[in-house]
Amino acid sequence: MARTIVITSGKGGVGKTTTAAAMAMGLAQRGHRTVVIDFDVGLRNLDLIMGCERRVVYDFANVINGEANLNQALIRDKRCEHLFILPASQTRDKDALTQEGVGQVLEELRKTYDYIVCDSPAGIEHGALMAMYFADDAVVVTNPEVSSVRDSDRMLGILSSKSRRALENDEPIREFLLLSRYSPERVASGEMLGVEDVQEILALNLLSVIPESKAVLNASNAGTPVILDVESDAGQAYSDMVARYLGEERPMRFLEMERKGLFSRFFRG
Amino acid sequence: MGLLDYFRAPSGARKGSASVAKERLQILVAHDRAARDRPSYLPRLQQEILAVIRKYVEIDNDAVSVHYEQEDKYEILELNIVLPEADARS
Ligand SMILES: Nc1ncnc2c1ncn2[C@@H]1O[C@H](COP(=O)(O)OP(=O)(O)OP(=O)(O)O)[C@@H](O)[C@H]1O
Ligand SMILES: [Mg+2]
Repeated sequence: MARTIVITSGKGGVGKTTTAAAMAMGLAQRGHRTVVIDFDVGLRNLDLIMGCERRVVYDFANVINGEANLNQALIRDKRCEHLFILPASQTRDKDALTQEGVGQVLEELRKTYDYIVCDSPAGIEHGALMAMYFADDAVVVTNPEVSSVRDSDRMLGILSSKSRRALENDEPIREFLLLSRYSPERVASGEMLGVEDVQEILALNLLSVIPESKAVLNASNAGTPVILDVESDAGQAYSDMVARYLGEERPMRFLEMERKGLFSRFFRG
Repeated sequence: MGLLDYFRAPSGARKGSASVAKERLQILVAHDRAARDRPSYLPRLQQEILAVIRKYVEIDNDAVSVHYEQEDKYEILELNIVLPEADARS
């Protein structure tokens, strides 16, 4: 059975697209047929993070409007044969994604793919609602910061009241937390909410803690999902995320400060 | 931070701004969640009740409070109207 996963947050800039790209690549690398869809109409970014921006011909809205068929719009990833990208439209108006049209495209994709990863735009407007409406699973990307945690909680309320599963009294969406841009140093010094603090408030199944990492910018510069940077902390944290999503047990990593040598301890700041 | 402070500060001590953040969040989120389950007509209902009562008695904006609760099968709407003291009325 295909599963539709929405990557959502409410608040902007918390790492949804980074996460959608990494998770889709991680699932595909394990042999699952995966498609990742950009729902951010007008602010297309996923193709850049995936490094396929020059191969975009048709987009999601073209498919919904019948101007292209799905196979024409889907871009096959050059690094992983099981991964496909469906880009967002760059110019069209926000209403390009009708609920009926989105539903039809997802239904079609469910026949061929194991996982459909939906990269939601920020906010709680039409695009975000469309991205989460048909979801089976939701990954709520949260930064350890008040407005992000609050928005995540609001998003949870929307998932449990406005999604298809909620409205049709189907089994509820499975909700997961992904805590991103985490700085163990700042948590230790009491400046940043810790993973337990956020968990106490949101009480969700924690998929992974992604550290604040230089590797993310490097990866986006290169157009490579950060999960492919297997040496990097963020890449490894995303690998753990995918493994846990698929049911593997892995101890949480990157929660502690890096151990500094005695020398640097005494002479810092 | 001096060397002595470094030894004094127990690692993991939570005395920075994060604890304030957490307290604020707990209150905020509880408030959001309570509001989430309330029917969206409540604020207007409150305004209209206020307007009706004002036709007869002069009352403050905050004299009418509306509480909504849901318990299993029941929805409880509790109205509380504070009228001014008798001698304040003409
Ligand atoms: N773990 C991380 N460490 C450092 N930087 C990060 C991390 N995650 C994301 N970023 C950076 O944060 C910015 C926003 O990331 P991203 O585009 O993934 O967020 P988004 O939630 O999709 O944003 P939007 O709401 O605008 O769609 C980018 O510049 C990205 O490089
Ligand atoms: Mg994005």
